[in-house]
Amino acid sequence: MRPTNIAALLFLGCFSAGAVAEWRLNLKPGISEISRSVFDLHMLIFYICVAIAVVVFGVMLWSIIYHRKSQGAKAHQFHESTSIEILWTLIPFLILIAMAFPASSTLIAMYDTRDGELTVQITGYQWKWRYQYVGEDVDYFSVLATPAEQISNQQPKGENYLLEVDKPLVLPANRKVRFLLTSNDVIHSWWLPALAVKKDAIPGFINEAWAEPQQPGIYRGQCAELCGKDHGFMPIVVEVLAEAEFDQWLAGAKAAKADAADAIQQAWTLEALLAKGEAVYRVQCAGCHQLGGTGISGAFPALKDSPLILNDREGHIQIVLKGKPGTAMQAFGIQLTPVDLAAVITYERNAWGNDSGELVSPQEIQALLQP
Amino acid sequence: MINSGSNPMVTVRRLIVLALLMFGFGFALAPLYDVFCRVTGLNGKVTRNGALTEAVAVDSTRQIRVQLIAVNNEGMPWTFGPEAGDLLVHPGEQRLTHYLARNPTSELMVARAVPSVAPSEAAQYVHKINCFCFESQSLAALASQQMPLVLMIDPQLPQHIRTITLSYTLFDITPEPRQPDAAAARRIAL
Amino acid sequence: MRWVLTTNHKDIGSLYLIFSLVMFLTGGCMALVIRAELFQPGLQLVRPEFFNQMTTMHGLIMVFGAVMPAFVGLANWMIPMMVGAPDMALPRMNNWSFWILPFAFSMMLSTLFMQGGAPNFGWTFYAPLSTTYAPPSVTYFIFAVHMMGISSIMGAINIIATILNLRAPGMSMMKLPLFVWTWLITAFLLIAVMPVLAGVVTMMLMDIHFGTSFFDAAGGGDPVLFQHVFWFFGHPEVYIMILPAFGIVSQIIPTFARKRLFGYVSMVYATSSIAVLSFIVWAHHMFTVGLPLAGELFFMFSTMLIAVPTGVKVFNWVATMFRGSMTFETPMLFSIAFVVLFTIGGLSGLMLAIAPADFQYHDTYFVVAHFHYVLVPGAVFAIMAGAYYWLPKWTGHYYHETLGKVHFWLSFVGVNLTFFPMHFIGLAGMPRRIPDYALQFADFNMVASVGAFLFGFSQLLFVYNVIRCVRGGDRADARVWEAAEGLEWTLPSPAPYHSFSESPDCDMPMQPGGR
Repeated sequence: MRPTNIAALLFLGCFSAGAVAEWRLNLKPGISEISRSVFDLHMLIFYICVAIAVVVFGVMLWSIIYHRKSQGAKAHQFHESTSIEILWTLIPFLILIAMAFPASSTLIAMYDTRDGELTVQITGYQWKWRYQYVGEDVDYFSVLATPAEQISNQQPKGENYLLEVDKPLVLPANRKVRFLLTSNDVIHSWWLPALAVKKDAIPGFINEAWAEPQQPGIYRGQCAELCGKDHGFMPIVVEVLAEAEFDQWLAGAKAAKADAADAIQQAWTLEALLAKGEAVYRVQCAGCHQLGGTGISGAFPALKDSPLILNDREGHIQIVLKGKPGTAMQAFGIQLTPVDLAAVITYERNAWGNDSGELVSPQEIQALLQP
Repeated sequence: MINSGSNPMVTVRRLIVLALLMFGFGFALAPLYDVFCRVTGLNGKVTRNGALTEAVAVDSTRQIRVQLIAVNNEGMPWTFGPEAGDLLVHPGEQRLTHYLARNPTSELMVARAVPSVAPSEAAQYVHKINCFCFESQSLAALASQQMPLVLMIDPQLPQHIRTITLSYTLFDITPEPRQPDAAAARRIAL
Repeated sequence: MRWVLTTNHKDIGSLYLIFSLVMFLTGGCMALVIRAELFQPGLQLVRPEFFNQMTTMHGLIMVFGAVMPAFVGLANWMIPMMVGAPDMALPRMNNWSFWILPFAFSMMLSTLFMQGGAPNFGWTFYAPLSTTYAPPSVTYFIFAVHMMGISSIMGAINIIATILNLRAPGMSMMKLPLFVWTWLITAFLLIAVMPVLAGVVTMMLMDIHFGTSFFDAAGGGDPVLFQHVFWFFGHPEVYIMILPAFGIVSQIIPTFARKRLFGYVSMVYATSSIAVLSFIVWAHHMFTVGLPLAGELFFMFSTMLIAVPTGVKVFNWVATMFRGSMTFETPMLFSIAFVVLFTIGGLSGLMLAIAPADFQYHDTYFVVAHFHYVLVPGAVFAIMAGAYYWLPKWTGHYYHETLGKVHFWLSFVGVNLTFFPMHFIGLAGMPRRIPDYALQFADFNMVASVGAFLFGFSQLLFVYNVIRCVRGGDRADARVWEAAEGLEWTLPSPAPYHSFSESPDCDMPMQPGGR
């Protein structure tokens, strides 16, 4: 093992030295007190492990070099020593006890969810996140924004490939935020490394976590629990804003609801709906039904030339609003605004040669959703 | 330990019994887990239900914030939510509140609401004197219902807990052949 | 027909070993599909649905098809010879417990061709992804798990009965070779936890087909209960896959250090305490599910405690090498690599035990790196070491030493190239079980893929070396290795079809000789 092992280490060493800026080899300290203490804990245990490894492998390497038969070494026939055996049981035990103190105190702090100034309910869906600001009437879905062409290698990949969403979770800096996590279908896990928060979202149950981000900026994470086909495609993006900006944003988000209500009443042209519909389709639908509306045979039905779309206008609208139980088709009625719903349905009824020429108006959708 | 040279069939019989016992133990873990949850509040599921057996003094020196939350599980089209999202209650006080449910479809549907409490430590201190949880609720097409909930926070609640979140997740348990067509046919009324 | 009806422990041992080699190569091909897809960011070769089927089947096949049968095969071959028994205690049951396996795995592999595809929910098959949301093939998966569970339990019963009842006169428990000791403890673990696995898949079956709701919140069940029951099986299962490896290495290192094993008694106690502790640490796989603080602390402390007996074992191996007279034949190379790389895996395991830090490691490639370090250069290297060590005894021929060493070095470099960078990408934030990843993880994934192909293809050298050794090669005498100690080396090489027709005398001095 000797020469090659060292060569392998050197080889890896050169790699990491060459591109430190690009490559990350380690955790980051993160942006909250908790995440920094987790980072310190990680480094402490890492150095302890390195020290143990150096001692153990050092003795081993020494024996391998000097106690080989080809060097004329004669075997010494000792084979037990109670005192040394007790010693090397006790020393690791003491090291572990020393480790247990900082680990426990960090853990206890992580479990202190008291006195959150803001509560965000996070719900996992296959395969997107829903953020509800409890008591604030702000509620939206956050979906992967990377275009399908980048994933299928038809376009160069962007800087935040697979780590970008349409609407990030917005949090205030320096306020304690309490997260309530649950799921709509299977188990997901919400993970933001910068806050050292990873908690499972379990259907039927709520879990708690908290964070107090201290540094404005954009931070990225991913779903950490296998949740089906697009587990790798449901990133988490958090935008931390300074307190004043956050309050502004929250007020704006509430006002946007009123604007959305106005938009429903507006008169929409076919062209405007189609343009909007294509954008919505790319984000919400193309993952399964594909950009060309061809679907995937055996798994996701084609929308192009679909008998349902061509012959059953009402059925088409219903399936988009209500989903199809037992399949991956979700009820989009609660996920999108009436305008987006109308736009995407109109788009599906007119794209890829489905040319029905028909327009489904936001008012019609609105009437269906709130009869 | 059995000595070498003795009959292996004795050993084998004992081991088979052990394997069968462990198979039973696997199943026993399900009720054991429920008992464990009741004692520790592990999954925040097991709260105390039913009428109180004795009067509890109201502790007006403390105020607990109770957040009520509603979650619709997959494919559940009802509108469902608490009439008031935030309650301030004194421990020992019995408080009546409601969840509102509406079935917007054109068919009768049956649902079940499953409660969960966070922090899970608080679960065993939440008494639900009257509750719609775990029972199946059926709603006719386009019908609405107020579902009453009377709850009381036990004065024994540890001092450090100041906020309790109670969530209900609504599951669709309408008995039906799970054929896609039948489900798709159940449409939002026009 | 000889091979179908055989009740001979050597024949059945060979069947187990051949079966596990076939499964190792099958599961390896699936790993190469995974690594090929992950060679570059973007989706190139497979779709995410199929990728998930590959990760699931790779895990199941390697755990239940490759590592466990390989250990049972080695046990079948060696335990009767080591304790001085004529054969296993229950030869006919031995035959059944093997022949169930090919059927179980044919059923498992056939799901790949079914409507909806093979199981795609990970080898840990968490509910409700594996119940309400599973493909129809899950029922076949459940039956396959039942069958391999029955096979393992029968195998374990047989091994315990052999060790407890068929030892030669004078072979007391504290004279048993460590391989026998570790297998005895492993067999008890198997009997304790395989029924629990059977129980959990039965509960799944009932949830899917008979309307119960053990794991379905809608009916008052709890998906987290699944994880508790699964890991109650799963963590002892991890030790089932590593304890026999400890035993093999404890046989090999003294032979090539020409020195008795240091601390035999403490080895036995350490193995037993690892086995006992394995029943009270399961929830460290579930630190993020929202356990109460007290539970989190308990499982963190109990998990850290496992480092103590494991450390004792590593120190004992090092002390055995210290001041020995070492030579470095292929089995010894694999054993030394085992000690080094298993220790690395153990240390990263210690890091994972720290609950607050685990929130950052959990379900990332750091975990993938950790358990592959324990299982590939751990369990698999030990199996390779054992195979090279005992091949001359089985076949009567030495394997090709140079080829063996080349195989070792290629495997060693390949394993480290594959799994070492995974520590880095895990810490940098890459979750496991994803078919495509962000650009910052690209370089190390490429290195890992190159290493995986190197490791994968170098196993063909092993296959060739084994076949060559079965066909011929330098003749080996009874002792085989210069300093080999134990009853098995008193039998001629190749070992006769019936091991000991008369009970051997265990106090008989060993004959000098051999290589």
